[in-house]
Amino acid sequence: MDLALKIIDKNALIFSFLFVGLIIYCSFWISKKFTNNKIPGSAIAIASGLFLAYLGDKKGIADIPVFAGMAFFGGAMMRDFSIVATAMGADFNEIKQAGLAGLVSLTFGVVFSFLVGGSIGYLMGYTDAVSFATIGAGACTFIVGPITGAALGASSEIIAISIAIGVIKTILVTIGTPILAKKIGLNNPHTAMVYGGIIGTTSGVAAGLAAVDERLVPYGSLTATFYTGLGCLICPSILYYLLTFIL
Amino acid sequence: MKIYGVAILGGCFLVGQLIGDQLGSFLGIDGNVGGVGFGMLFLILVSTWMKRKKLLTTEPEKGILFWSAMYIPVVIAMSATQNVKAALSGGWVALLVGIIGTSMSFACVPIIAKIGKKKKEKTEETIDAQWI
Repeated sequence: MDLALKIIDKNALIFSFLFVGLIIYCSFWISKKFTNNKIPGSAIAIASGLFLAYLGDKKGIADIPVFAGMAFFGGAMMRDFSIVATAMGADFNEIKQAGLAGLVSLTFGVVFSFLVGGSIGYLMGYTDAVSFATIGAGACTFIVGPITGAALGASSEIIAISIAIGVIKTILVTIGTPILAKKIGLNNPHTAMVYGGIIGTTSGVAAGLAAVDERLVPYGSLTATFYTGLGCLICPSILYYLLTFIL
Repeated sequence: MKIYGVAILGGCFLVGQLIGDQLGSFLGIDGNVGGVGFGMLFLILVSTWMKRKKLLTTEPEKGILFWSAMYIPVVIAMSATQNVKAALSGGWVALLVGIIGTSMSFACVPIIAKIGKKKKEKTEETIDAQWI
């Protein structure tokens, strides 16, 4: 046992690969077995990540020596690098094809979520511009939130709240989309594109649309792919800058 | 060679970070502003351009796609290393923002979709009118 701990200690990052892999495996198993894939495995995995963080302290589970490698795996450099990589596959010609409706819904979606999320946070006592922006960005997706928070120097507490908001959103979108599809007229590519642009959380949109009509998935994902990028671009820059004039 | 793709990704990432840092100091914010977003824009532009010139083949692309696939695991590791104990004191904020924000976004879908469709119908009408 001591020897195993010693090896893990020496190879902390490698152990974190194994550990995260196990979390994802269990989460997708739970998703399939108990929720019939209604709650996406990635959403369960992220939620259990937040739960595991509760076992530690300021640095979450990385405060426990065996899991120290998680701090690097989930650190700023790895996070930003892998997120930039997700832009691969997006195509400028595809942006043109998505058309005006997609662009309007994208811009509207990010700004609307930012303002609604931030305002609710404001009403509940998070009144400074950095917290407003981070909570608002969290209402966009669980990626925009921590990126915005890190860029603006928000506290780990606010960043964790913004991730929690994004995770709650992903779960709600996945469950809510098939239920609300008829009410919002989600049965054609045009609306699917607008829906992807307004909702934005890629895993939620893809999983939600798959439950409505598989043929709609690419249309919704197309606009949703740009949502997180647009959010990362404008939330910590233009939107935050405008906020500093008001707050 | 997969490393070529990873190298392209690294280059786009670093240029994005550079611009983000510059924009940050320009706006007077201590930190990186939109560096990730700029990195993404560069990757879209560079990969689109390289594909058109047939410079980006499947192998290097696999190197980029590997890191693209790693983002969910990284986000999971990131959420496992957050200060959740402190966040729980603001747990209601997360729940309320998540539920209200998402519901309001859903409500906006048919409104925005209508705007786009009206335009489409109009063009159809004008086409009809021309036919008549």
